[in-house]
Amino acid sequence: MNSCLPRTLSGIVYTGVIVVLALMPVFVQLSGQIFYLDIFSRIMILAIAALSLNLLIGYGGMISLGHAAFLGIGAYCVGIPVYYEIYNGWIHLALAIVACGVFALVTGAISLRTKGVYFIMITLAFAQMVYFTFVSLEEYGGDDGLVIELRSEFGSWLDLEDNIALYYTIFGVLLLSLFFVHRLVHARFGRVILGSKFNERRMQSLGFETYRYRLVCYVISGIMCGIAGLFLGNFTSFISPEMMDWTRSGELIFMVILGGTGVLFGPVVGAGVFILLEVWLPQIITFINGLGLGAKLPHELWHLIFGVTLIAVVLFGRGGIHGLLTRKKRP
Amino acid sequence: MLDILNLEKQFGGIKAVDNVNLHVKEHEIHAIIGPNGAGKTTLISQVAGELMPDAGQIRFMGRDITFMRPAQRARKGLARSFQITSVMLPMTLLENVSMAVQSRKGHSFRFWHAAANDRELIDEAVMALDAVGLSNRANRVAKEVSHGEHRQLEIAMAIAMEPRLLLLDEPMAGMGQEESMELVAVLNEIKKHKTILLIEHDMDAVFSLADQISVLVYGKIIATGGKDEIRANPEVQQAYLGES
Ligand SMILES: Nc1ncnc2c1ncn2[C@@H]1O[C@H](COP(=O)(O)OP(=O)(O)OP(=O)(O)O)[C@@H](O)[C@H]1O
Ligand SMILES: [Mg+2]
Repeated sequence: MNSCLPRTLSGIVYTGVIVVLALMPVFVQLSGQIFYLDIFSRIMILAIAALSLNLLIGYGGMISLGHAAFLGIGAYCVGIPVYYEIYNGWIHLALAIVACGVFALVTGAISLRTKGVYFIMITLAFAQMVYFTFVSLEEYGGDDGLVIELRSEFGSWLDLEDNIALYYTIFGVLLLSLFFVHRLVHARFGRVILGSKFNERRMQSLGFETYRYRLVCYVISGIMCGIAGLFLGNFTSFISPEMMDWTRSGELIFMVILGGTGVLFGPVVGAGVFILLEVWLPQIITFINGLGLGAKLPHELWHLIFGVTLIAVVLFGRGGIHGLLTRKKRP
Repeated sequence: MLDILNLEKQFGGIKAVDNVNLHVKEHEIHAIIGPNGAGKTTLISQVAGELMPDAGQIRFMGRDITFMRPAQRARKGLARSFQITSVMLPMTLLENVSMAVQSRKGHSFRFWHAAANDRELIDEAVMALDAVGLSNRANRVAKEVSHGEHRQLEIAMAIAMEPRLLLLDEPMAGMGQEESMELVAVLNEIKKHKTILLIEHDMDAVFSLADQISVLVYGKIIATGGKDEIRANPEVQQAYLGES
């Protein structure tokens, strides 16, 4: 009867996450905690980015340490046109798609000739090139970045200046991305990507030109992340090369691993837990200090707790949070 | 159908394949026997395209394929099985064989329809599993099945490609007596409409299956001929049959 209701623990949790995301603006309105609208907008944007990275890491076995470059390029595809007073969101979107697509095609074509650690290093190198390119572009603020005065305009039916409209737009794009990745990984294309991760040599001897499939996967992933970047630019209203720093790429990888690699919903949970820990841990320390228990905890302690928590989840929950949710008791 | 001409492959000081000439005709099973380290796998890997020869030429269906990529050769109708099982371990047997079917159904830049419900893939994959006697294990994960079943899966994947020429590298390696006999029966069935280059240690299997036999010793073919010719050849008896 209730065949479309989730039955597994992970299914219930993931449905719950979607419901929470859908209702967050209502909660914010009722409670007045405007802050959380921002937090969850950011979570969803990074979830889309992590989702695209999961396509590479989780499904394709391609560990890229340069994915934040696409976030940055996407953001500058809003920032630079707005600097020239071009506000049309469709132009921004087209630019982001073309720029990230071309960048992914060129860098992917070279990076995918390598494997393992070399692939990690070369994707990092390309991302650093982009980083320093934007640092050197004085016209667009260089190191200091660029303020985006007005958000993308997609037509009179959608006003992104309204934070709630922006929130729901991002929410919609996140749902679309989830659906898209779901179809992609289960289709013939996804099978080839997955098969090449498990045993590339065998896939080649079966007749698959694995390099081509991986390259297309890389381009799709880059474009998806670029679209996340477009929303990041709109959301923060201030962009700088810092957002494509390699540590940002590392954070994206962490989100993917935290949620569970190769799991459709993993990156959403990963991004959520990552950002919420980042927000809550300092608050908790402040709270404990406020209790007046004598010795005060150094505020920076939260970084340590944050790191240890992440490592613990990765180490003990093999398969990340998804692994914890689906773990079967060993007899 | 397959012509190997003056093929050479050297690893450091060892000539693993030394001026090999070999011709496989359509609809025959051509077996290669030879002691451990004779260069059999090296030879097959060059035919499949995973190893580049140092010299010589490989012609398939009248075309020079010496410099083609493995995937290209596979699409031209060359399928190989591996001596050491090489499959997609986390996938089910059905998924593994479906990949082989998918490979010959044109390109896989198909992004939307679920492959798991694709009758075009499943039906033929099930047929291949059936042919090797694995259809009741179709939904088991490859990692979890037995060694013998891995060997059968190797064959199922190779035949699911519907190749013109099958390259089988010791398909019975590590199999029990009974399993080997079953596989011989399977190969006898396949033999009716396929060409096979078979590497095998199991002499009973070779003599019951092969039309032609070549003996490879230290990278050199020392004899080629029918079963009786090979049995009678004194050089072969001394170099190989006598020992085993
Ligand atoms: N990649 C390699 N690098 C260096 N030497 C190799 C390599 N592959 C094979 N050899 C050597 O080449 C020779 C032939 O090896 P090959 O695997 O082709 O023999 P084989 O006839 O298949 O033996 P077996 O019956 O044990 O499978 C051996 O001496 C082996 O050590
Ligand atoms: Mg061998």
